[in-house]
Amino acid sequence: MLIGAGGPDEGLARRLKALACTAPLHDLDARKAKLDWADATVYQMAEIALHTIDQVTIAMDFDTGADHQQVANRLLPFIAAQAPHRTPGEHARVARWVLDNLINVGTTDRGFRRVYGSVDGEGRYQRRAFDFKLLVELAARDGEVYLRATDEAINVLVGALDTDVESAQIAAEVKLENLISRGRLADAKLAAEQARYRTVQYGETLRAKLDATRRDVRSVDWEREVPELLDAALTHIESRFRAETAILKNITASRDEAEDPDRKRRAAELVDIVGDCVRRHTQLQSRLQAAGAVFRAEQDRQQFSGPPQRAAIDLFGQLLLPTLALPLADAVPPAQSFFHAATGIGVPTVPSLSALVSLLLRPAPEREQLVGEVPDPELTPAEETDRYSDEQWRYADELLDLPEVPRRLSGLLAEARRADPAVARLVALRALHAYGPEVGGAVRQGERRVLLALDDGTPLDDPEFGGADLLLQSAAVGSGSDATLQSETEEVA
Amino acid sequence: MSRPPAPADAEAAARLIAFGMRPKQLPGRDVVYADLVRRYGEDSGFKQLTHAVAAGLGLMVLEVSMQAGAVLAATDESVFEIKMDSYARQSKIRERRDTEKVLHGLVHLATAALGYPRPDDLANDTYIGRVSVEQVDGVVREACRILDERAARAEANNDPLADAPELEQAWRAYARRPAAAATKDGRLAADTTRGMVARALRFLSEQGFLVPVSGEQGGTYRTTPRYQVQVRELAADAAFDELLALDVVSVGGDGDGGGSLRAATSETL
Repeated sequence: MLIGAGGPDEGLARRLKALACTAPLHDLDARKAKLDWADATVYQMAEIALHTIDQVTIAMDFDTGADHQQVANRLLPFIAAQAPHRTPGEHARVARWVLDNLINVGTTDRGFRRVYGSVDGEGRYQRRAFDFKLLVELAARDGEVYLRATDEAINVLVGALDTDVESAQIAAEVKLENLISRGRLADAKLAAEQARYRTVQYGETLRAKLDATRRDVRSVDWEREVPELLDAALTHIESRFRAETAILKNITASRDEAEDPDRKRRAAELVDIVGDCVRRHTQLQSRLQAAGAVFRAEQDRQQFSGPPQRAAIDLFGQLLLPTLALPLADAVPPAQSFFHAATGIGVPTVPSLSALVSLLLRPAPEREQLVGEVPDPELTPAEETDRYSDEQWRYADELLDLPEVPRRLSGLLAEARRADPAVARLVALRALHAYGPEVGGAVRQGERRVLLALDDGTPLDDPEFGGADLLLQSAAVGSGSDATLQSETEEVA
Repeated sequence: MSRPPAPADAEAAARLIAFGMRPKQLPGRDVVYADLVRRYGEDSGFKQLTHAVAAGLGLMVLEVSMQAGAVLAATDESVFEIKMDSYARQSKIRERRDTEKVLHGLVHLATAALGYPRPDDLANDTYIGRVSVEQVDGVVREACRILDERAARAEANNDPLADAPELEQAWRAYARRPAAAATKDGRLAADTTRGMVARALRFLSEQGFLVPVSGEQGGTYRTTPRYQVQVRELAADAAFDELLALDVVSVGGDGDGGGSLRAATSETL
């Protein structure tokens, strides 16, 4: 199916990736039934997840965003509406569960990975990994951790996959105006919200550029690329401003004229959203105006140097960048040798007796600020556990297949020992196990017969084993509702 | 030297090395240390003796100066060697262990690259650099962005192959790792990149290579002359040799023209 177009099909890969982004949301609904702390099937998890991404996106600002608790709190009314009779505690837990799953807490990378296939230039089918995140955690200047929605999340949310930011915004704007003039307020609200997401996304692009400039002026093209971006953004804001002012006037009028309270409310909501758009554009504009100053200040700070006084390595260009570009396996030697050489020497600590005593008597130290998460143990499967060979098992099976008459353990042991002493041991162990057979388990596993052992007081006379000389017999297991044992057992008793 | 070294000379040489093992002690603050450093500079017999004592212990003398003191490095298999296996998080799966090693190595590399952004800074004995947790993480992420853009320009599908994780490029592993993650008790999670950077910077300051300045930007430090010597005289070359062996860099730099802050990216300006 995938092969056929001949060359690599980029559109297919793009669509597969878009599809992959929605998988974590479906996964929530698939897993909700397995939650042990609540019967979560009443909740529509995918809806809550989309709502979560909504909330995070709306809270995203030029600099920061909402923290986990704020987002969870904003989700509560929506979750409560889905299951009003459940406790607020459970609602909060659901909010937290959805949020954690969208971040994918518990994995090292806190992200998602989907494998998709693609056909390369030579027509070979290859499996590739697509890594993506929906919500990311970032540290603010004050050290607090807050959330941001990724581009993937915003694209999934607004359903505008693989489109140009600006053209998408214009389309949304035209749609908005049309909808309002035709009086379709519900759709208009949707379009307005989409326009707002676009604005946020636009701001993100700019923020990334400015951040890069702060780190290194030369990494961003300030000669052509950024001025063009700034120009485009300013023109964009200008036209948006005009459009939004017009829309605002239009819907304010429609809000005031509306008779129907529902329509009035929706128009009022729309006024709020468009008002927010205007506010965001103003914010973006002030950032744009400050961008040039950031560049000049950073250029001053990161001033250019004269020729080196002696030959030395350019650590970034000649070491860091090439090492980052290497495959992981190849990157180990340079990374490791740099680490060895740059960390200096470790002096082995040798405690003196007096120091050791006080060391031992010292109260347990406070945990360090960075003690780390407890790593999950990685269990390797145990090596060969089979003590007896298949051959020995088969022989023991034959000996213990006793449908007709019960037999004494002593006789079985003697017969087994003639063939193989190890089989005698296996027979003894199985006889012991048969003393308290799990009939219920045998029925569940659909077994036909189960081996029973009974102690009638005869002591076992055997050179190797001691205890009672058990009476052994196979009993048929009925598959009826009571799983009754059939007649043979009575005979044994 | 025709006569065997006097026991007193051997003791003095060993004492100089012992001073070097206390990275926070500096000749400027200790008269005995300062005298030994002076003697090392003036008396070539004493210098040789010091080197011999160090070699016997499994150490190398990188530099002895008034600014940095005696800067030592461990030779291979020396008791003084710091093993990466004990520094990086232990993992049973080999690929994951490699990933952890590479990430920690990159963090240390980025710390040095930020501390000495230009070759000139590394060469200039009076240069003092400044690093912070936020910036070190930023430098690597910035490099990841550059490589990502470069990969996007190549227009080939370069998503990593699903069944060959060891062939995935190192920058992808770094870029994928979250910068920060909230833990239940509000601490910084250790396996995030910022957690790793914070750990590296604290470790380096314990080794006398960095000095904490403030808690801003997740922790801000300044470099010491000792770190400069360590990176310039040993670490940079060691890593560079590995890269030369892999044939991914060439001597003389890849067209940086000498002294550029970001050699590989200067084409954008």
